[in-house]
Amino acid sequence: MAAPCVFCGKAVSYRLFLGARVSLAREQGLWKAAAAEVQTGTASQILRLRHTTVVSTKKNIAALRRETYTLDFIKKQIEEFNIGKRHLANMMGEDPETFTQEDIDRAIAYLFPSGLFEKRARPIMKHPEQIFPKQRAIQWGEDGRPFHFLFYTGKPSYYSLMHEAYGKILDVEKHQNQLRAQGLFSEKTKTKDLIGSRWLIKEELEEILVEKLSDQDYAHFIRLLERLLTLQRGGAEEEFVQRFRRSITIQSKKQLIEPVRYDEQGMAFSRSEGRRKSAEAEAVVYAHGSGRVSVNGTHYLRYFPVTQDREQLMFPFHFLDRLGKHDVACTVSGGGRAAQAGAIRLAVARALCTFVTEEEVEWMRQGSLGQEFRQG
Amino acid sequence: RPAQAASLLRRSDPAGRAPGRGTAGRGPDAAAAPGSAAAPAVSEPEGDSLNDRILREPLKHSDFFNVKELFSVRSLFDARVHLGHKAGCRHRFMEPYIFGSRLDQDIIDLEQTAAHLQLALNFTAHVAYRQGIILFVGRNRQFSHLIENTARDCGEYAHTRYFKGGLLTNAPLLLGPMVRLPDLIIFLHTLNNVFEPHVAVRDAAKMNIPTVGVVDTNCNPTLITYPVPGNDDSPPSIQLFCRLFRTTINRAKEKRRQVEALYRLQGRAGARLDLGHSP
Repeated sequence: MAAPCVFCGKAVSYRLFLGARVSLAREQGLWKAAAAEVQTGTASQILRLRHTTVVSTKKNIAALRRETYTLDFIKKQIEEFNIGKRHLANMMGEDPETFTQEDIDRAIAYLFPSGLFEKRARPIMKHPEQIFPKQRAIQWGEDGRPFHFLFYTGKPSYYSLMHEAYGKILDVEKHQNQLRAQGLFSEKTKTKDLIGSRWLIKEELEEILVEKLSDQDYAHFIRLLERLLTLQRGGAEEEFVQRFRRSITIQSKKQLIEPVRYDEQGMAFSRSEGRRKSAEAEAVVYAHGSGRVSVNGTHYLRYFPVTQDREQLMFPFHFLDRLGKHDVACTVSGGGRAAQAGAIRLAVARALCTFVTEEEVEWMRQGSLGQEFRQG
Repeated sequence: RPAQAASLLRRSDPAGRAPGRGTAGRGPDAAAAPGSAAAPAVSEPEGDSLNDRILREPLKHSDFFNVKELFSVRSLFDARVHLGHKAGCRHRFMEPYIFGSRLDQDIIDLEQTAAHLQLALNFTAHVAYRQGIILFVGRNRQFSHLIENTARDCGEYAHTRYFKGGLLTNAPLLLGPMVRLPDLIIFLHTLNNVFEPHVAVRDAAKMNIPTVGVVDTNCNPTLITYPVPGNDDSPPSIQLFCRLFRTTINRAKEKRRQVEALYRLQGRAGARLDLGHSP
């Protein structure tokens, strides 16, 4: 038996009323409707139970996702956001004029506390520019003439960027030729600005241009920029290239060096912390000493009977050739035997940075100074 | 607007036709009194007839914009426009335009080139005067930058990149729902990077878009509305063509601006507008 769906229950009962003059209860209606259909042959046309589905087929789901927001809509959203910001400031008892985005975030987190792990699923109140995706406005005026001179290529922003980059290459080459003609040309290459930065990735470029690119387009663009880099360029071109580079040195530059401190006896020392697995350690390294190490008040030979742990402690000194030149007093808690040794080693390495030159800090960065995030 | 669009679709011969044809689509009242001051009761037909006169006036002269003075056979020769490819590359349909062959290199007949160039420039000027969209197309990478600069300098459009398949024939999908297609396509290079005819030549013919093209001795001139036999591989030659097109388009647009300013100054007095010859 076909299973009639529940949505058209009302319609079904209406039809049955027309056809068979029987009012049916909802639950029994479906069974009785089928029975009535069988009995009343002539009224079967009216009793036809149509099975409708909620989701209509052949709808372009992808196009539905790409909602186009009109300019008026966005403007209205911006107005509403500004008014709401003032209301929120009043609610929190703050000055509406100097209510910044951080204040908004804090206020929303206070008023709508959320335990969701996904930060993007929590309530947010941001400027509409950051919420609604950037879209292409209508590309032509009233008379139908497009605004951009490369509109008919299909990717105007990308190709105008290529055009600009190539124009800069031509300018630089012309300038170089002029210098060569005058004999003032000198070969020098500067690569200092490239270290610590990377090219934009394709997704970032697509976001800037608001256009889809293919891999070949992206590769072509990067090749053009690298060609510009090989030439000697002036300030304007340098700025143009830097627009497409992102720095990656944020992490490694974060290594801060503790300043030297002096305790009551006038001895120079440096204190810092280290962590490994669940062990946390704090080490105080004295500038001058004879290599005595005490852990949690006891001698390290007694605290770490296993040689391997003591070797871990000694590694920073061994690396910098300062065995036996520093005294260490450290406290450690949590974790196991080896974890505590690793934590102390990290703390000692960081503390040693104070007493050590820049180059040696660079060497140590290779191995000793990175915190190990393996949680076992 | 409908009058403007209709006038743009009328691809009338710029060598001058009876002005009556220009008002064919407009209605019996205008045909009865083509240029005289209409009965001033309704202002709308008055404005339209002046607008129509703006559009009709240049069509009465064979060289309204005086494009002949922009070049000469001597200047074409100096720009090496007469140099074609080797005889082995010759296209069958280019034979009428070839003057001869010297040391196996084809020489293009510059007298014919001058005549064709005058027609092409004249047509371009008329399209620009009527505010049509002009698209510069060329696929030689050596001159891509120059062509794009030329297009930008005269306020028109360029496409010297990879040509996507349905750009003209499937434009509502690729470019937008209500896009306006170019009214003229100017080819600085008729071939693409693999020495085959550019797809836009065939597509423009399909979409009834007139084309002006610089055809070298290895190109097919049949589908191009106003072919200009000439060299498309030397820098001075392409620079000359770019300069010529840019000058004509700017001149035509300037003329249009002057005429419209004059029309606004004259007001609705209904006096005869003497548009005059170009300088």
